[in-house]
Amino acid sequence: MSKKDDKSSSFSRREFLKISGIAASVPLVIGPTVVKVEGEEVAVHGPGAVPVTLNVNGKDFHAELEPRVTLLDALRENFDITGPKRVCDRGECGACTVLIDDRAVYSCTTLAIEAEGKQIVTAEGLGNGQPHPVQEAFVNNDAQQCGFCTPGLTVATKAFLEKHPHATDEEIAQGIGGNLCRCGTYRGIHGVVAQMTGREPKGTAGTTMIAQHVSSLKGGA
Amino acid sequence: MPDQNQYSWPPPEERTYIGRRMGRVDGLTKSTGHAKYTYDYNPKDLLYGAFVRSPYARARIKSIDISAAEKMPGVKAVEIVQKQGSEVHWAGDEVVAIAAIDEPTVRDAVRAVKVEYEQLPHLVVDSQEPPRNLPPDTSPISEDDLEDMLDNQVPANQMIKEIKERGISFKPEDAPLDEIPPNIVEALKSAPQKPPEKKSASWYKPAAAETQGDPDAAFKAADVVVSEGSYGIPVIAHCCLESHGATCEWTDNDHLLTHVSTQFVSGIPGQMADELKIPASNIRQVQENIGGGFGSKFGPDRWGIFSAKLSKKAGGAPVKMMLARDEELEVAGCRPSAYARVRVAAKKDGTLTAWDSFGWGTGGPGGGGSPPIPYLIRDRLPNYRTQWTAVINNIGPARAWRAPNHPQACLITMAALDDLAAKLGMNPLEFFTKNIELTGPRANVYKDEFAVADDLMGWSKRWHQRGDQTAGAIKQGLGMSMHTWGGRGHQSECDLTIQPDGSVTIKMGTQDLGTGTRTAIMAVAADTLGLSPEQITLLYGDTRYPMSGGSGGSTTIGGVSSTTRRAAVDARDALFAKVAPGLGTTPDQLEAVKGQIRVKGNSAKVLSWKNACAKIGAVPINAHGKNLGGRDPLMNSGVGGVQMADVSVDTETGIVKINKMVAVQDCGLVVSLETAESQCYGALIMGISYALYEEKVMDPTTGVMLNPNMEFYRLAGIGDIGELVVHMMVNKYDSRGVIGLGEPPVISPGAAISNAVANAIGVRVPNLPLTPARVLAALEERQKGTAA
Repeated sequence: MSKKDDKSSSFSRREFLKISGIAASVPLVIGPTVVKVEGEEVAVHGPGAVPVTLNVNGKDFHAELEPRVTLLDALRENFDITGPKRVCDRGECGACTVLIDDRAVYSCTTLAIEAEGKQIVTAEGLGNGQPHPVQEAFVNNDAQQCGFCTPGLTVATKAFLEKHPHATDEEIAQGIGGNLCRCGTYRGIHGVVAQMTGREPKGTAGTTMIAQHVSSLKGGA
Repeated sequence: MPDQNQYSWPPPEERTYIGRRMGRVDGLTKSTGHAKYTYDYNPKDLLYGAFVRSPYARARIKSIDISAAEKMPGVKAVEIVQKQGSEVHWAGDEVVAIAAIDEPTVRDAVRAVKVEYEQLPHLVVDSQEPPRNLPPDTSPISEDDLEDMLDNQVPANQMIKEIKERGISFKPEDAPLDEIPPNIVEALKSAPQKPPEKKSASWYKPAAAETQGDPDAAFKAADVVVSEGSYGIPVIAHCCLESHGATCEWTDNDHLLTHVSTQFVSGIPGQMADELKIPASNIRQVQENIGGGFGSKFGPDRWGIFSAKLSKKAGGAPVKMMLARDEELEVAGCRPSAYARVRVAAKKDGTLTAWDSFGWGTGGPGGGGSPPIPYLIRDRLPNYRTQWTAVINNIGPARAWRAPNHPQACLITMAALDDLAAKLGMNPLEFFTKNIELTGPRANVYKDEFAVADDLMGWSKRWHQRGDQTAGAIKQGLGMSMHTWGGRGHQSECDLTIQPDGSVTIKMGTQDLGTGTRTAIMAVAADTLGLSPEQITLLYGDTRYPMSGGSGGSTTIGGVSSTTRRAAVDARDALFAKVAPGLGTTPDQLEAVKGQIRVKGNSAKVLSWKNACAKIGAVPINAHGKNLGGRDPLMNSGVGGVQMADVSVDTETGIVKINKMVAVQDCGLVVSLETAESQCYGALIMGISYALYEEKVMDPTTGVMLNPNMEFYRLAGIGDIGELVVHMMVNKYDSRGVIGLGEPPVISPGAAISNAVANAIGVRVPNLPLTPARVLAALEERQKGTAA
């Protein structure tokens, strides 16, 4: 794990060890509180439910959550945002991928409380109420079948393309390799990347469907 | 009622969407994350269900104590699944079901249930060769035996033979006769009735040898070359990304609403009614999307039944029971394994003469069906003997896995033939071409496809004799295989309504597994009515709509497309009848194209779709579509496909890398070209997965699965697939009608890749998956052989 990744968590490893070390001496509290450990202030959540506010797709959602609740479960069970899927539930398959402050993360291995104060974006919000061009490219290249891995893959692909605007096949294998698909849609995803990086022209498939979907979104708004 | 033969597919020049790349109609709903799956239904007051599962592979339940769990705060219902005294047959078998207010509570409650077991001997290893001298089971067939045979898709002729020879120990009328093919029903009715016999407790169930011609003499003939080898393919899991599960709620005391994740929406009520003691018509199943099935999701299963039972006990509140990933891999489906020792003989010119094989494999506690070996050539090969022993074990329950029995039979046969070709020094493409007439009715299709595949892979230019002789540790090789499948459409019905304002609705109780079913229905309706797909609304996935068969065995595309065509033709003709007088013509002179109804060949006499529909009057046009099943001329059965693989093998690490795969596939008339191609790409990738990575690894001592997660039960990733090329044989065999495609392209990849690896490294790696350890072991064997 890189240093940059460490910073994305609300807790540093050092803080976590300190908390573990003093767990028995911390009184039971409801809601996040601050305790002094070795002269430093450390935020302690729980162990009971604590009020949590998460900003998802530009909207604030409130819930009382136990600190152990993952971001994935909070999104799906508390806020009914079901684009991110629970498949492996342990950071192996990527079906739960969301953006936190523009970084792709597995929401099944992220605690909800870690995501407070950050911008969370799921497949539903990737294009701000419109289909994101990457999501249109998934249709153009038929990069989906049953579609269960797809919301995670669209989010992962969008984040990947921002880092690698001229992605090579090797970079695709590394950068999108953390998202697994059972139906076998990877060839279409190569097409998505080729289209978005300008290597190949946009596919023609599905364009009428996209136009209709966009107009229905506009009509419904 | 119109003459049934009036229904036909429009000629190529009249197709705008059929056979074209029109785009997946549900594409954006899925890619934007808005598509709802069973896992995504979160109704108000939802309860969460979970099972207490057996930790032992085989055991008798001595006692069950649910009292502590029942008393836990938040627990709303507890139901015993298997009573005291029952025998569990695999680790993870369901024992108790619990519903509680949230997931952590239900998991805590599961831990609070105390079950005592008496452990019994188990067997979870199936790769060891069973003894050969076991007598075949001659005891009369019991009702359980019959169900096992049906579940395991034992070929009809084999079943009929056994029923005649062994007799039956039950009254034919007690069997579920309406679920059994008519020829087997006939055999049951005329079979000798015998008293039931107690089965001997054995792990092995040998079937009688099947023989054609004189294999012993053929192998002894002076001018033949004989190749011997052993080949195998282990038990693998379906690993649907949306795990198996259901959410059920009682909308009143005797009406149930179910969301079972299923490949058979219309069939769910009938499979739940008996258990729940309500009429099937009181059950409504709704499913918008399904996150993978691959043959493993036809029934409500225990999670469906017990989410309903728990809901009842909890006052009707909805109960969601979705399997966790470990449960999904442990209990929700095992593809039967297959292993065989094979001898095969050909004349020096490559003419195949004889086959002899002893095979075995497991489908779990039921034993398992026998793969159709030797694959493709069985009916016409002059001499063969095949023996098959089913291994009854505790690895888990078998479920149909995309093309049941075929990938196994294909690997064993095509690898054995490839080894024989290598021994003869023949290019496999020449060898298969020489013997192609043995494949029967599809021989011409294969020959056409060989030419295309040869061109796309550059086979003839690039093929080398077995064993890449170039310097260095990386060896490159080519391999090929071929396959067939039936795929005749299932029974299906639909209602197509044209309203006076021009809007069109189709209702069909089908499901779309991601294969493109919705897109195909839209293509057919749009072309028939001369509309664009966005002018048509498709309602599906609900038992309130006309029945449609289960999506298994590649039966859906034939079923839904023929039914849609019939309904759309009838509705269109009814509309023609309404508007013909106003246009001063007769209905048969009209055509529906580009959003217009017009007189053929007269561009002046035309009505827009909207204006034409205004003549309908107050009562909408409704046409009920119903196909004719096996007799329907719009669909057919039997496809051919050829695949080639190009691999590199690192002989120092044993790692196999896919460079390129080519799939050339026929499926009669292609309805939705883009989603058909996607099926083939997906099948190649799924094939790479089972050829290189997938295996249900069992611990022989404890009997549990060692890799029930997605880190160690590996699926291919985007970096594992190489270059994939798919060629559909479009406009070539259209006259045969529509034939299913889901199964065929997943049959050959294992054999093609295994053959390519043998071509690269000069030695056969006997068993899939072709892991580094297996590749290195095979190389070591060869070295030992060379040294000795």
